[in-house]
Amino acid sequence: MAENNSFFVDGKNLSKEALERKHKLENDPSSRTNHMEYMPGMEVIESDICDKVMSQMDSYDYTKYTAVDVRNALNHERCTIEDFKALLSPAAESFLEEMAVKARMETSKHFGNTVYLFTPLYIANYCENYCVYCGFNCYNDINRLKLNLDEIDREMSVIAKSGMEEILILTGESRAMSDVTYIGEACKLARKYFRMVGLEIYPVNTEEYKYLHECGADYVTVFQETYDTDTYEKLHLLGHKRVWPYRFNAQERALKAGMRGVAFSALLGLSDFRKDALATALHAYYLQRKYPQAEMSLSCPRLRPIINNDKINPLDVHERQLCQVLCAYRIFLPYVGITVSSRESKSFRDGIVKIAATKISAGVSTGIGDHESKYTGKEDNKKQGDEQFVINDERSLDTMYDDMQQAGLQPVLNDYLYV
Amino acid sequence: MDILNDDKLIIGGHEFQSRFILGSGKYSLKLIEAAVKYAGAELITLAVRRANTKEEENILDYIPKGITLLPNTSGARNAKEAVRIAKLARELGCGNFVKVEIMKDTKYLLPDNYETIKATEELAKDGFVVMPYMYPDLNVARELVNVGAAAVMPLASPIGSNRGLATKEFIQILIDEIDLPIIVDAGIGKPSQACEAMEMGAAAIMANTALATAGDLPLMASAFNDAIIAGRKAYLSGTGRVLTRGASSSDPLTGFLHD
Repeated sequence: MAENNSFFVDGKNLSKEALERKHKLENDPSSRTNHMEYMPGMEVIESDICDKVMSQMDSYDYTKYTAVDVRNALNHERCTIEDFKALLSPAAESFLEEMAVKARMETSKHFGNTVYLFTPLYIANYCENYCVYCGFNCYNDINRLKLNLDEIDREMSVIAKSGMEEILILTGESRAMSDVTYIGEACKLARKYFRMVGLEIYPVNTEEYKYLHECGADYVTVFQETYDTDTYEKLHLLGHKRVWPYRFNAQERALKAGMRGVAFSALLGLSDFRKDALATALHAYYLQRKYPQAEMSLSCPRLRPIINNDKINPLDVHERQLCQVLCAYRIFLPYVGITVSSRESKSFRDGIVKIAATKISAGVSTGIGDHESKYTGKEDNKKQGDEQFVINDERSLDTMYDDMQQAGLQPVLNDYLYV
Repeated sequence: MDILNDDKLIIGGHEFQSRFILGSGKYSLKLIEAAVKYAGAELITLAVRRANTKEEENILDYIPKGITLLPNTSGARNAKEAVRIAKLARELGCGNFVKVEIMKDTKYLLPDNYETIKATEELAKDGFVVMPYMYPDLNVARELVNVGAAAVMPLASPIGSNRGLATKEFIQILIDEIDLPIIVDAGIGKPSQACEAMEMGAAAIMANTALATAGDLPLMASAFNDAIIAGRKAYLSGTGRVLTRGASSSDPLTGFLHD
C-alpha cells in the first residue's frame, strides 16, 4: 500500500512559506480541497460509467475466489467479469503459466505476432500539482523546462530520423505553462514528422479535445493513478489533478470529441493493485460498450524511483503479479492494446510481448529536450529538463526493432491513418 | 483437369485462376510468400493503414510482381472515411480494386452494412472495382448489387476467430440468389471449412489468420489450396444427395401403391 512508501522529500531550494504549505498539505487533511468536487471551468458530463466501475470495484473481495473459480475461468470460452475477478485474485497466482498460455493464444488471435513501437516526447515538465510520488510534482526540486516550438521541431526531427512513426506527446500538468494552444501547435508539428500522434497531458474539456484532435492528435492517454478515491486523496494533495472524477471522465470527453482511441491505467503500487487492475479494465470495458467504435488500450505502470527520492518502489507488485494482471487483462479484453513502458526491465518486456503486450516504447527519454544528445551522442550546453521517473530499459529503436525480430515477432511502426 | 483450367474467377472483368485470396489482418513477408507460392494467391489484400509507413516497413515491398492488390479500407468507421482511404490507395498506386471494410465496433469488428452500401455506391461510381465485406443479409447483398459491387464478401464468423461457417445458412442464400461472386471472408479457420464453403458454391475464400497462426505456414497454405480446389471440384461436379435424418430405405415406403 502507498503508506508503506516514504514519499515526502523537502527540496533544499523551497522557500520557508512553500515548505510550510507543503507540510500542511501533507499533515493536515483539512487544508486540502475536496477531491471529489469539480473546480471552476471543469466540464461536467452525464455518465453512468463511473458508478458501474466503482460498484464492481467496491464489492470485489478477491479473497473469496478459489482454485476452482480460476480453473473455471480458464476453461470458459468467454471471460465474464466474474472470471476476470478470479483471474486477478491471489488464487490465480499458482496458475500463472496456464494464464500466460491462454493470454498468448488470445493475443495471437487478435494481433498475430505483431508488436507496435512508439516513443514518448516530453515537451515540458512544469507542473501545478503535488502528486507525492511523481518526479514532476511542483515541490520537487528539479530543472524545469518548456520547449519552444523550434525546439520541439528539432526534437521531433531527431526522433523521426531514427525511423519512429508514432509519437506520444507529454507535458507536466500545468495549464499556465503548457496551455492547450501550445500543445495543439506541438501536435501540428508532430503531424509533419509522424504518422500517429497521441497525447498524454492534463485532462481537458470536450471542446479542447476537439481542438487537439483537429490539430492532429487521435489518441488520448490518461492515467487514473488509483481508482481508490481515499488513497487518491492522500497522494494528490494540490492542483487540478486532485479532482478525481474530472480525471475519471477524461477518456469519455476525448471520445465525445472525436478521438479514435483512449488509454487507461492505474499506477500499480499506489493502492490495492488487484482492485485497481479490476477498475482499470472495467473502465475500458464499459466505455467500449458505450462507444463501440473506440480503440481501447491499457497500460500497466508500476511505481518507479524519481529524482530526489530513489526509495519509491512498487511494493507488493512484483513482476509475477504484474504478469498476472497483464494476462488477466488479455484474457478478459482480448481486443484491447496493451502497452508496457520503459519503467519495466528489458527482460520483462521481452517476455511479456510474447504473451500479452502489443505495444512497447523504444528510444525513450522522460527528460525534456535531450533527444539530440541521447540519439546522436552530440553534447551541447543547452538547458535540459529533468525526467519524470527513472527508466529501466534504454534500448534505441534500432536495437528494439532487432530484438523483436530476433524473438520471432513482427515490429510495426505504423498501422494507422488519420481520416 | 481442363474443367478447372477454364473455370476462372471473374471480378470486375478481371480473370483469376486462383480462388484463394489472402486477407490483410496479420502480415508478414513469410505469410505473403507462402500464400503466393503454396496457396496460389493472385489477389492479396493490403491494409492501406499498414502501407502508410516509411521505407523499411512498407508492405508494398512485400508484394511480388504479377499479384493484384486489393487495398482495404480497414480503420474506416463510416462511408466517408472508407471513400477517403480508397482514394488514398489509388493515389499510392494500388490500382482500382478496393475491399470496402467499415467497422464501428472495435470488439467484434463486425461490418456496418448500411455504411458499406453507401461507400460501395460512391466508389463504384468513381470507377473502383468494389468488393464489400458484409454481414450476410440478402437485402443488403441485393442493394450492393444495385449500387455496383463487383463481388459480395459475407463473413463466415467474426474476423480472426477461426470459427468457420457460423453464418452458413445465410451465405447459402446469398450464393443462391445473388448473381455476383460470393467470396467468403473472415472466420475461416481450417482448410475443411474452406472446402465446405466452396462445395456450397462460394466463388472464393479469403483467409489470413488461419495461415498466419499456423505452425508451418507453407504447409497450411498448401492445405488451403488443396481444400479450395477440392471444394470447387465438388461444386462443379454437383454434390450428391445429403441424408439429413437416418438412412433412406431401399424399399420405398410407397412401394405398395400399384395404380
